[in-house]
Formats: sequence, C-alpha cells, structure tokens
Amino acid sequence: MAEITAKVLVVGGGPGGYVAAIRAGQLGLDTVLAEQGGTEGGLGGTCLNVGCIPSKAVIHAADAYHHAVEQATVAPFGLRVERPTIDFARTVDWKDGIVGRLTSGIGALLKRHKVKIVQGHAELVDGKTCKVETDTGPQTIRAEHVILATGSVAAPLPPLPFGGKVISSTEALSLQAIPGRLVVVGAGYIGLELGTAFAKLGAKVTIVEAEDRILPAYDTELVRPVAKRLQALGVDILLRARASGLAEGGDAVLIEEGSGSKRSLPADRILVATGRRARLEGFGLERLDLTMNGPFVAIDERCATSMRNVWAVGDITGEPMLAHRAMAQGAVVAEVIAGHRRVFDGAVIPAVCFTDPEIVTVGLSPEAARQAGREVRVASFPFQANGRALTLGADDGFVRVTARADNHLVLGIAAVGAGVSELASSFALALEMGARLEDIGGTIHAHPTLGEAFHEASLRALGEALHI
Amino acid sequence: MGIRIVKLPDVGEGVAEAEVVEWHVTVGQSVLEDQILAAVMTDKATVEIPSPVAGTVVALGAEVGGVLAVGAELIRLEVTGEGDAEVAAAPREAAAVPPPAQPLAAAPAPKLPVPPPASLPAESAASPIPTSRAPMGPPRPPGEKPIASPAIRRRARDAGVDLRQVRGTGPAGRISHDDLDAFLRVGTTSAKAARAANTEVTTVKVIGLRRRIAQKMAEAKRRIAHFSYVEEVDVTALEELRSSLNAERRQDRPRLTLMPFLMQALVKAVADFPEMNALYDDEAETIERHGGVHIGIATQTPSGLMVPVVRHCESLDLWECAAEVLRLAEAAREGRATRAELTGSTITITSLGALGGIVTTPVINRPEVAIIGINRQAVRPVWQGTQFVPRTMMNLSSSFDHRVIDGYVAARFVQRIKSLIETPATLFLEA
Repeated sequence: MAEITAKVLVVGGGPGGYVAAIRAGQLGLDTVLAEQGGTEGGLGGTCLNVGCIPSKAVIHAADAYHHAVEQATVAPFGLRVERPTIDFARTVDWKDGIVGRLTSGIGALLKRHKVKIVQGHAELVDGKTCKVETDTGPQTIRAEHVILATGSVAAPLPPLPFGGKVISSTEALSLQAIPGRLVVVGAGYIGLELGTAFAKLGAKVTIVEAEDRILPAYDTELVRPVAKRLQALGVDILLRARASGLAEGGDAVLIEEGSGSKRSLPADRILVATGRRARLEGFGLERLDLTMNGPFVAIDERCATSMRNVWAVGDITGEPMLAHRAMAQGAVVAEVIAGHRRVFDGAVIPAVCFTDPEIVTVGLSPEAARQAGREVRVASFPFQANGRALTLGADDGFVRVTARADNHLVLGIAAVGAGVSELASSFALALEMGARLEDIGGTIHAHPTLGEAFHEASLRALGEALHI
Repeated sequence: MGIRIVKLPDVGEGVAEAEVVEWHVTVGQSVLEDQILAAVMTDKATVEIPSPVAGTVVALGAEVGGVLAVGAELIRLEVTGEGDAEVAAAPREAAAVPPPAQPLAAAPAPKLPVPPPASLPAESAASPIPTSRAPMGPPRPPGEKPIASPAIRRRARDAGVDLRQVRGTGPAGRISHDDLDAFLRVGTTSAKAARAANTEVTTVKVIGLRRRIAQKMAEAKRRIAHFSYVEEVDVTALEELRSSLNAERRQDRPRLTLMPFLMQALVKAVADFPEMNALYDDEAETIERHGGVHIGIATQTPSGLMVPVVRHCESLDLWECAAEVLRLAEAAREGRATRAELTGSTITITSLGALGGIVTTPVINRPEVAIIGINRQAVRPVWQGTQFVPRTMMNLSSSFDHRVIDGYVAARFVQRIKSLIETPATLFLEA
C-alpha cells in the first residue's frame, strides 16, 4: 500500500477545505487534500458543484427568461419580444460549463501552491492517519495536522425519502427538463430560491412550510416583499402544513394542514429543502475522540477540535452553513498551523438570500439587538425613493440600519430588493470597521446606485435624511 | 441602574491632594457600603476611604501612585436606582463626564455624549492637578466588546495583545492603530530600558541624617544578636471596630489607623513582659526596665528614617495615641521634631504602610531590646473547623535582642499581642 506523509492533511475539497489547503500551501506547509468527488462534490464542494454557484446560474437564467416573458406581455418600456422559449437542457449545460471552469480553476490554484490532491474516498484511521481508496488502489496518508472539512448534505425528510420524484437541491439543479408541477417542501432560503426560479421557468410551484410564515429565520419586514413577489409569480404557499408522504402511485404529495385536513398535491417533482446536516458518516470520524456540539463537531475560536492537531472548518462545525464562513475558517486554521496567532474573529458573517427580491442581513436585527439589552435606533430607506431602483424597474424593498442609541455604533444592516446582494460587502465592511451612523452618513455614495439607500437610511437614523 | 461618582473626601485639615497608595477594589467588583475602597496618602497620613454606598465599581479614578485633588473623582460606582444627585451638583464634572446612561436627545451628531473612556483624559487635563497618566480607569465597561477593524485585530493578535485591554480613543470607543501603538509603547519601553546597558555611576555623599542612620544600623547589627519571629494575626474584628469608630468619630478627632491600637496592645503586653520595655547597656552590662512605655514610631521622612517617640503611652487613650502619632509624624517629616521628641523610646513599632509586605526583619532601635513590625493586611481564606472563611489577616514581624530575650519569652510576648488584637475588647479592659 502506498504511503505518503505530509504536514497537513485536509479531508474535503469544499470552500473550507480548499481554502485551508491553498493557504497552507502558500505558507510553505507540505499539504495533501483528499477529495472523494462524485455527484455531491469534487473540488469546490457543495458550493461550487451543487450549491451556491449552479443555483445562481439557474436563477439567472430563470430571471432572464421570465423577464423576456414579461416584456412579451406588458413591455413597460416598449421592448418587443415574441414568445420567448427556453431550452433548459442548454441552460444546464451552460451552468455545468461555469462549474467546470471554476472547479478546474481551484485545481490549478491548489497545484500552483504545491498541494497534493488525492482523489478518492477518505477514511480516518486515527487522528493522524487517513486511508484513501483511489482509482489506483488504497493509499495511506500520515499527517501531523488533520483538517476536517467534510461539509454537509441535504437532510432527508423521513416521510419523503430521496429517490424517484423526491429530489434534493442537488438533483433540482441538474434536471433535464422543467417539471410541470413542482412541490417544494420547506420555505427556507434554498426552497424559496429554487422554487422561485422554477416558477419563473414556467413550473407550477407549491411551497409547503410547517411554520406559519416563509423564511422563518428572517424578520417579517424583510420577508414581506418576497412573499408579495411569490404571489405575483403564482406560487402557492401552504403554511402550517406538513408533507406526510407520497400518495399511492407516487405522483402526489400527501399534505396535512394545521387545521387537521389532509389533501393530496399532484407533483411531477418534489423538492425536499428542509435543511442540511453535517456530513459525519463514512469518514471514520467515530474513531476519533471528538467532542460534539449537538449534531456538529465542536471547535474553539481557532477551529481546534477536542483532539490535538485535529481541526475542523465549515458546515460540519455548525451554523451558519455558509461558504464564506468556511473559507474564513480555512484560512485561519492554515495560519494557526503555520504558527501564527489567529482566531476566527469576524465581527459579522453576512448572509444573502437569492430570492426575488434578494435579502441581505449583516449583524444584528433590531429585535436581536434589543434582546441583547441595547437601546437602538432603527431606520429604513425604501427603494421607491431611490433613483437607480426605479430605473431598474425594481422599486420594492428597502435598506434598514440598526445602531446603538448611545454612541451610534452600527450593529446591523439588512436590505431587501433586487440586486441588493452586491451591497453585502459594504454592509459587512461597515460593521467590521466599527462604523458609526455618522461614518456612513459622511461617506459620499455614488449616484445613482442602490447603495444610496444605505447612505440615506443611516442619515435617517440621525434625523438627517435628505430624500424622504 | 445609575452611576455614582465618589469623590476624594477632605482627608485632613489643609490637605489639598492625596496620592492613591492602594486600591482595595477592582473594576467589576461589587462593594458594600463602608467597604474600604482605597488607601490614599496625604503628606500627613495614609487614610482609607470607605464606600458611601453599595454598588459595582465601574472605573477607578487613578492608578496607584496617582495624585488626586480633594473633590476629584476617586471612583465610579454603578448603583441601583437613580444615578446620583452628586453628579449633577458638581458642575465641572457633570460637564466633562455625562453619566453614560444619559439618554441621547434626538439631536444631530456633534452633540453626542462623548463616551466615558474618551472623556476622561479631557477631564484630567481640566482638573487642577494634571497627571501624566491621562487615560484612567478601565478601557471600557465590563461586557463591552472592543471595536477595532480587522487589520488592527490582526496586528494585535500578532503582537499578543488582548484588545480588551486597549483603550479606544476613536468614535464609539473604536481602537485605532495609534491606540494600539500607544499600548505597545507602554508595554515595551520598560523592557527596552532594562536591556540597554547603562554605564552611568553617580556618587552620593553619605552625610547628615543618612550618616547617622548608617552608623546606628551598623552598630545595631554588629552588637545585637537579632532574632525575628513572625506571627499571623486575625485583624477582622479590629478592622470592624476601627471602621465603626472612624465612622462615628468626632470632627476634632483624627481618623484611626492600626497604629494606636497596636500601641494600646503594647502597653498591655509589656505590663506582663517588663523585660521587653527595656534598654540594654551592653557596655555596663545592665538592663533598665522602664515603667513608662515610650513607643518609637519608625517614620519615613524626605531625608530618611526617623523615630519620633510617643511618650508615656500608658497614660494615653486610643484617640490621644492617634493624635500624637499624627502630630509627631508630621513634625518629623517637616523637620520640626525636637530632640526630645526624637529620643527616649523604650520599644519601637515599624510599619511600611501599604507596602507592608508579608514578612520583614526589623532592626532593633538600640539600646532597646524589641521592635514590632506591621505587615500588610490581606483577606485570606482561613480554615475554621468546617470551612474556609475570608478573614482579614496581617503578619507581625518582630525582632528581639537574643542576648537578653529568650525565644520562648519573645514568642509568648507576641502571642499576648496577638490575643489582644484578635479580641480588641480586651484592649480596653482594665487589668
């Protein structure tokens, strides 16, 4: 059996793992990355292969198509389009092309930084040794440090096990045809993003949610424009409803509503998007003496697990399961291993929901700030009063700023509106730099841009708004 | 919750300022009413400042060694209920330091209440005695996270600096690169200075009082077979008595320190051990035992150690002892002590005050045969049969002339003093 030794072994090539490996390589550490590949991954992990990137590609295509359809019917600014059609197989090819470019780019980056990539399923023997079943036979890797970055998988719903018509987000992004009737179980961000996209592509979408509102993790003010848009797109939303199984024949979902009534919902595809869970099985993690934090691997601020020189980053360490959190953790771990003093100490982890319109949240909500015992000032600025939003034909939504009442330190920024995901960076920067309302108010924001709403919301919190 | 500012009280006639010599509390600690907050030293005496209210310490007004004017902010307490009227009543301080809890009017930004940490340097600059230590107190209230940009966080991490310890002078208490630089400078200058070779040599002539001290000390050490005996004394009860006496004292009476109590204890103890209150003439080989207890009080003066003498302590009550100690110490420090006031002691007490240390080995004031040294008080866990209890403990380090005092006798003598101090009522019982 072939055996290699390394300073650092990274198990998993997703955003947490590949960033850790690149950074470790940059720092001159002898690094091996084990990536199993397959339908769920390959280099880039969930994010690049079956998550963030492909979903954004599909959402973009759906938006473009739907936009064209809208022009064919209402044409607010006189654009004439004759009956647009979409060849969804080509959409999927285009998406796969993007994914291919990005994953091969990561492979090149790893290579450039002299990271050895071992393709195959990895299984830990102990905290320093890993066996990988490669195409050319088993390989043993011994490393001084092991970084666990095995990520997460879509959580199955017991009454609706994956298979056949019941699919997860992974399969939804590789469908060869647009389903006629799509039932989405779970109105979290994954269910809504994909549900909205397929609705725009022409599917009849029904969303089933057990809670009494969609996007239960976000406050109602932010969700309202999204709910309005879903209604306009003809998406049916069943709240306080549970999917209890497949009807006989498998072409309908059985739904139990809060009132106790049961019904059968015909479906060509059933997308289960009720959450994701840490991928802990099949890697030999049970052989390690890892302290758990509920269903996740417990880590400290340096991403150290309970075992010496065993580190963990990304989704297996818990919420929020976001690629940018994993990447930041990966970089921290590599630097810690290289002997630097580092901790994962970001003030905020921005979160974006690519619904229509998009939602961005960074830092605390007004409610969370109040619960933390803060007296706060909260102000919003609506996109109806923003020139750029009007010229884009998307004036729904707002930017909302939450600051401390006593010293005006900004605690949280949120926005809902078309294209607001691009504002996430300036929001996060403001919070990381410890901006006060006056700092944002005193920054000249380019006109005409959506970012002016951020400026105005801050001024409004100071009682100095100019355009409202 | 409100904020109560405790100012440095008028600690004595004609005293305009005092130096903080010891903090008995730390930021974040909760204090009870009458609990000692700090010891401050005037040019006359060291005075302990009790807390007027119960509360939690938010900020200390000076570091140890800092000089505060009478009426300046000594400590800031968070108290239950309203913030205090005293703050509003002191216009200078109210203007400079608005209570942090003060709500913000819906006013434009420039009228922001300046956050307390940033305002403190401004206040000290305006106070009558500017100190070089401009930033006072803790960097930020407990539980507040330091605000710093990622670049500063990284620099701090590399330098091994915990940003919670760094004061932020920026808006909303934000820590700037300059703040971090300043923190690092303070942290490294002393280390740098210690490393640089200093070849300077200064010759100082041993003259005057210093020469007399040198001769006396050498003679004492050369002739006397010193032996020291250290015993631990529980002063909890004494301290309670002392603070209640201080709280209720008449205006014309000085604040009591430990000294007059120890003097009373010595008077009682030497009655049983007359060999301790004696002068040994080793040339003539005679011992003079004295009826009168004339206690020398070792006193630090600007020119050096002096030992003014409180005569006939057996005829003085507690308050008289206290007044006499104060008067003589002041006279000695100002160089006004007469020769009579500086001679004729039969036994000596030495105290280093707040710097009392754990153990000392005092040198006997020859031709006396005993000297009693007071060490620092500290609250320590004491095993009392079933559990540890916090008690205020203090060591007494005493030296004896072993030529004429046997170890056994010395030990019994110290035990007698210990028992008198631990049960202070016995100090005031007639034999």
